[in-house]
Amino acid sequence: MNPVLKLLLEGGCLTSAQMAQVSGLPEAEVNQHLEQLKKDKIFLGWRPVLDLSNEAAAASTVNAVIEVKITPERGGGFNRLAERIARFDEVESCYLMSGGYDLLVFVKGPSLQKVAGFVSERLSSIEGVLSTSTHFMLRCYKDQGFLLGTGEAASTRLNVAP
Amino acid sequence: MDTKKFIAGHVATLPRSGIRDFFELVAKMKGQDVISLGVGEPDFVTPWHIREAAIFALEKGKTYYTSNLGLIELRRAISKYVEDHFSVSYRPEDQVIVTVGVSEALDIAFRAFCNPGDKVMFHQPCYVSYSPSVTLVHGQAIAVPTYAKDNFALTAEALRAAWQPGAKILMLNLPCNPTGGTCTREQLQAIADFCREKDLLVFSDEIYSELTFEGTHTSIASLPGMAERTIFLHGFSKAFAMTGWRIGYACGPAVLIDAMMKVHQYAMMCASIIAQEAAIEALQRGWDSVLKMREQYHRRRDLIVRRFNEIGLTCHSPRGSFYAFPDVSVTGLNEKDFAVGLLEKEKVAVVPGLAFGENGRGHVRACFATGYDQLIDACNRIERYVQGIKK
Repeated sequence: MNPVLKLLLEGGCLTSAQMAQVSGLPEAEVNQHLEQLKKDKIFLGWRPVLDLSNEAAAASTVNAVIEVKITPERGGGFNRLAERIARFDEVESCYLMSGGYDLLVFVKGPSLQKVAGFVSERLSSIEGVLSTSTHFMLRCYKDQGFLLGTGEAASTRLNVAP
Repeated sequence: MDTKKFIAGHVATLPRSGIRDFFELVAKMKGQDVISLGVGEPDFVTPWHIREAAIFALEKGKTYYTSNLGLIELRRAISKYVEDHFSVSYRPEDQVIVTVGVSEALDIAFRAFCNPGDKVMFHQPCYVSYSPSVTLVHGQAIAVPTYAKDNFALTAEALRAAWQPGAKILMLNLPCNPTGGTCTREQLQAIADFCREKDLLVFSDEIYSELTFEGTHTSIASLPGMAERTIFLHGFSKAFAMTGWRIGYACGPAVLIDAMMKVHQYAMMCASIIAQEAAIEALQRGWDSVLKMREQYHRRRDLIVRRFNEIGLTCHSPRGSFYAFPDVSVTGLNEKDFAVGLLEKEKVAVVPGLAFGENGRGHVRACFATGYDQLIDACNRIERYVQGIKK
């Protein structure tokens, strides 16, 4: 595997200079790898994983998961409708699922009303959407591999040991 | 009253570990931005599934003593693991004993097999406890030097040169703390031949074996004719990041394990049942975690060794363990002054090599079981420190 992609997957948040140190490659080569990954549309962007539970400004953000049933189309299956739904700014993530519904849609909004409005006025009204089932998230315990709030206790490892 | 008079003579004269002195020096700098490369344990916390198994065991009320030898389920798992990974077969019923870390296994081995005056050979630099452990059983420790030019591998030639009549035991630790040195199969074969020739019993502490980066680890116990004269010592601390659980084991001929068991049953009774339950989980489902951690250590090793050599501190590439052992003599400082200066000026803690025996002179031990950002920062600080000395 591309050594830079491997480091990105580990989520260590290294700068390209640090990646160069870790992988033993010149920094210019690390940057080339990053550029190539972008060109290949593998590396799409950076986003930090944040625990905003104590941030007053962010506390008002509402997250919801919506199970959506849609009608597949001849020729394109679920793709056209799924892509159409995924393009809304409110949609954070959108997955085609096996099981009792077709799409799992993660939505974020500034208030409960805004999210509810998005579901009822925008999502449900799309032709081909058969039903929606909306679940509001109450609390996050782990996000993208990171424990929130109740993570590991601070390390008590001795500074010097045999 | 002179209370010191109560202390046994051989304990009173036992020197304090050089690590202890340095630990106290570092402890004084609490609150400052110290990066410690002085640790002797993984930076990873024990994988969650292993911790969860221990919690489950507690919930199930597993709070009793176990058999002196350890839970049979664990001994079966150990037997299978050792056969799969080290190619040696031990019967779980009478050839495996579970101990409180390899430290206890080593202690009861010395107590079971070393008469007062018996000579014990061990390679040096080495883990701090080997020589004192021999002293504590009134044995006589014979250090066998290993050298940077050999990547700190033990050679049969050095063994032969150091051998004395009356030598009974050879203590091995491959890969080695603090040097990361280990032996190829051929080197090990020559050592095995020597052990058979001189009728030596071998204690083989292979605690770092899973952290072998190049080639495959060979256990001396797996070589022809060696299992009958080897006490294979292993544990969970390093590979499974379980240092605080204090759980290890020894495998060997039934007669010898029985002798160790006698000491163990009177001194310790048994290892903690919670740690034993966790160890079962580690052996059954922990291998993926071991591989992930090893990959991280491997990359960190390459980083720190490259940086030390760039800085001008000659550093061999350790084939195993998570320690680099660079030569700092080029700075004109001895290992202690180098380490103290580095700590005071740049707030990086490394351990002076002399703490691991005479042959550690001129070297320091730097543990690379720490995150990339800290490791990179530490190397940059060491570079600045060395450049400052040169000026």
